[in-house]
Amino acid sequence: MSEFRLPSLGADMEDATLREWFVKPGDKFKKGDIVVAVETNKGIIDVEIYDAGTIEKILVEPDTRVPVGAVLANYVSDSTRMRISPAARRRARELGIDPVNIRGTGADGAITVEDVLAAAGPAAPSAEATQAYKPESSQETRREPGREAKPSSATELEPAAGMRQAIAAAMTRANKEIPHYYLSTSIDMTAVLHWLEQHNARRPLPERLVYAVLLLKAVALALRKVPEMNGFFTNGETQVHAAAHIAVAISLRGGGLVVPALRDVQMSSLDKLMTDFSDLVNRARGGHLRASELQDATITVTSLGEQGVETVFPIIYPPQLAIVGFGSIVERVRAVDGEPRVRSTINASLAADHRASDGHRGGLFLAEIDRLLQEPEKL
Amino acid sequence: MTEAELRSRALEKLLQVAPDIDPDALDPQVPIRDQYDFDSMDFLNFAIALAKEFQLNIPESDYPHLQSLQDTVDYLVRHTGEQDVSS
Repeated sequence: MSEFRLPSLGADMEDATLREWFVKPGDKFKKGDIVVAVETNKGIIDVEIYDAGTIEKILVEPDTRVPVGAVLANYVSDSTRMRISPAARRRARELGIDPVNIRGTGADGAITVEDVLAAAGPAAPSAEATQAYKPESSQETRREPGREAKPSSATELEPAAGMRQAIAAAMTRANKEIPHYYLSTSIDMTAVLHWLEQHNARRPLPERLVYAVLLLKAVALALRKVPEMNGFFTNGETQVHAAAHIAVAISLRGGGLVVPALRDVQMSSLDKLMTDFSDLVNRARGGHLRASELQDATITVTSLGEQGVETVFPIIYPPQLAIVGFGSIVERVRAVDGEPRVRSTINASLAADHRASDGHRGGLFLAEIDRLLQEPEKL
Repeated sequence: MTEAELRSRALEKLLQVAPDIDPDALDPQVPIRDQYDFDSMDFLNFAIALAKEFQLNIPESDYPHLQSLQDTVDYLVRHTGEQDVSS
């Protein structure tokens, strides 16, 4: 028997309210299927399962609030043989842990010695989150539509207030734990805007691009040259990732923000990125982001140009290694070939983790983004 | 189609894109983005909805004419080829 648990949907989430099951006992599911919808302070999230099997028993009913790591359902996995290394199996036996309860992070979900230690140790992230969660007598936080929820305790906040608290917790952690360094540069966007104008003039409205998509692609391609900006810092180690899953900060109506990821941006065409980006923004605001989109971002991009802000001083979203900020496109006088010229420019800023890189590499990263944006037709 | 009908259908599209807009409080003369959280993606969705609803090809160079509700209605009056019969 295997356990389906509520996954963590980011550093700023401690619990969620289960809203709807899409499966019932006896139902078969495959890897990646959406099995349950939960409500968090980021809205309704569709949660996938990363195994194939048959649902045995539903353990948590709709409208119940549960902490990250809580077992939501039991299922029988199709993989009859458990994937676990001999060393890990031995270690699990020594520690008195049933390997069935351990989530494997090795190849094909195999359980490694590290997974066993993580499951046993008090420093394991899921255990930490569970401890931080203070159980209350009643976890019912049903909010009837159109009626004000009556806060019965300090932890039952309105969604916006809950989100504010969660953002504060994640950013406090970031400022406390991550030795940030900050860099900024001004990038000439004239070539991008010129290319975009010509490109969009030939396209019907739904196929037009916004400049943000070119910024995202340039960041993804620049990561190939400076990969240590892309990945995680966990358990005292830097893990650099090859795939650029870029989280984009999307502000929500009525306050707050959510940072879901666009996957494999380095491989996506601009058209595909535009479609994905538009879909992500609409779902961020209308509900039904997928859990995976809140879990695997390797870097974040925040663009605050819409409000006329010229420079962003961003804070890294743990456990990521860096965040890139873009301000608004502003016409400035720049020296071009020794002459003053009015050019459209954007300020790009970088906050990166000194445990993973230094300012020299960060500078190369921003310079590479700049270089790529001077040849928009190649993005 | 009368101007009033164009206005009502344009407003309907706007509310689909940005449901938090209060149609009674919206000042039709002031750019929408100066009154509500209405970013470039919202604007794009609004333009796409208008193009579909009124069978228009709205070039990017016309975007400045769609900033307020009144601008949008005037634009639609000019481009839908259906003038207000009373005008």
